[in-house]
Amino acid sequence: MMWVIEMIVLIMVVITAIGAITVKDLLGAAILFGAYSFMLCLLWAIMGAVDVAFTEASVGAGISTVLFVAAVFRTSRRTRD
Amino acid sequence: MGKIIVLLFGSFLVYCTLDFPDWGDPGSPASTHVSPYYIEQTLEDTSVPNIVTAVLADYRGYDTMFETIVIFTAVAACFLLLRKIKSDEPETRMYRHIPTGTTFRIKKGGRYPRESVDFERIDLQWVPYGVVIKTTCRLIIPFIQIFALYVIAHGHHSPGGGFQGGVILGASVIVYAISSNLRSSLNRFGERIAVLLCTLGVFLYAATGGLCLLLGANYLDYSALAPIFGVDPVTARSHGILMVEIGVGMAVMAAMISLYYNLSSGGKFDEGL
Repeated sequence: MMWVIEMIVLIMVVITAIGAITVKDLLGAAILFGAYSFMLCLLWAIMGAVDVAFTEASVGAGISTVLFVAAVFRTSRRTRD
Repeated sequence: MGKIIVLLFGSFLVYCTLDFPDWGDPGSPASTHVSPYYIEQTLEDTSVPNIVTAVLADYRGYDTMFETIVIFTAVAACFLLLRKIKSDEPETRMYRHIPTGTTFRIKKGGRYPRESVDFERIDLQWVPYGVVIKTTCRLIIPFIQIFALYVIAHGHHSPGGGFQGGVILGASVIVYAISSNLRSSLNRFGERIAVLLCTLGVFLYAATGGLCLLLGANYLDYSALAPIFGVDPVTARSHGILMVEIGVGMAVMAAMISLYYNLSSGGKFDEGL
């Protein structure tokens, strides 16, 4: 049963990673990156690396999303390429 | 052309992962030489139950110290790139008269209302404060901060440590800045304090190492601190780890707040997210 959850989380990691680099809206990309970090955090928690999961949850899903949103707020919301 | 190179390189990397030992393989080099030593000796050497904390702050102390310095460098780079030292006067300023709720637009060169309890300066794109957001943030911020201090102080026994606790502590101030505005957050936690605490945190880490050096041991060998704390060398290593974690927590908290201030206001420290 455990491997099913692991597989779902792993697929979500890949989907959010591809989404974060293809989405044209930079605010959406920042949010997708936060979701990616959260899924990765779940994966690490499943593997038993609780300290790494904790760091990923606070830094990856928490602070860096805020910093990205702040940077998008000060620049433009759409990519040029 | 670029896609072909990326695909070739990516498939090469995936092919290389086949040589990796399996996850949790007891016969892999890491599990036969390095890990058993830490698992068996950490409690005897340092009296710290959480092996990860002991490895990060004691056995691999240099690594964590330079990680902290990397964060300090990031703050310095962000400051040098974004911060506008000369504050040019904005074209218009908006003020709000609190008792009546009316807003004033004052052009450049006009007279600003004096510092009083009736007037407050607001952002150009000001939206009325949401009661729900403000009250919720006011309620949860103290608990976030207590949890952050717990994470720093309890890093010896449970997952966590200076890095995570510092980030959570910084996040509480950022939550306050988002829920009210950047100006009132700067009044509570100024830019100078942020930069000073960041430097002080890195200094605390390096000074702990230097103190060990002065007491005749190797750099960052906390067992030399035993006479200062008045305990045996094994417990002194645990206390040394705590000192270092506090330094890391201070540096990381101030770094996150400083980065947020610089990024959200574009270096002007005037109006922000």
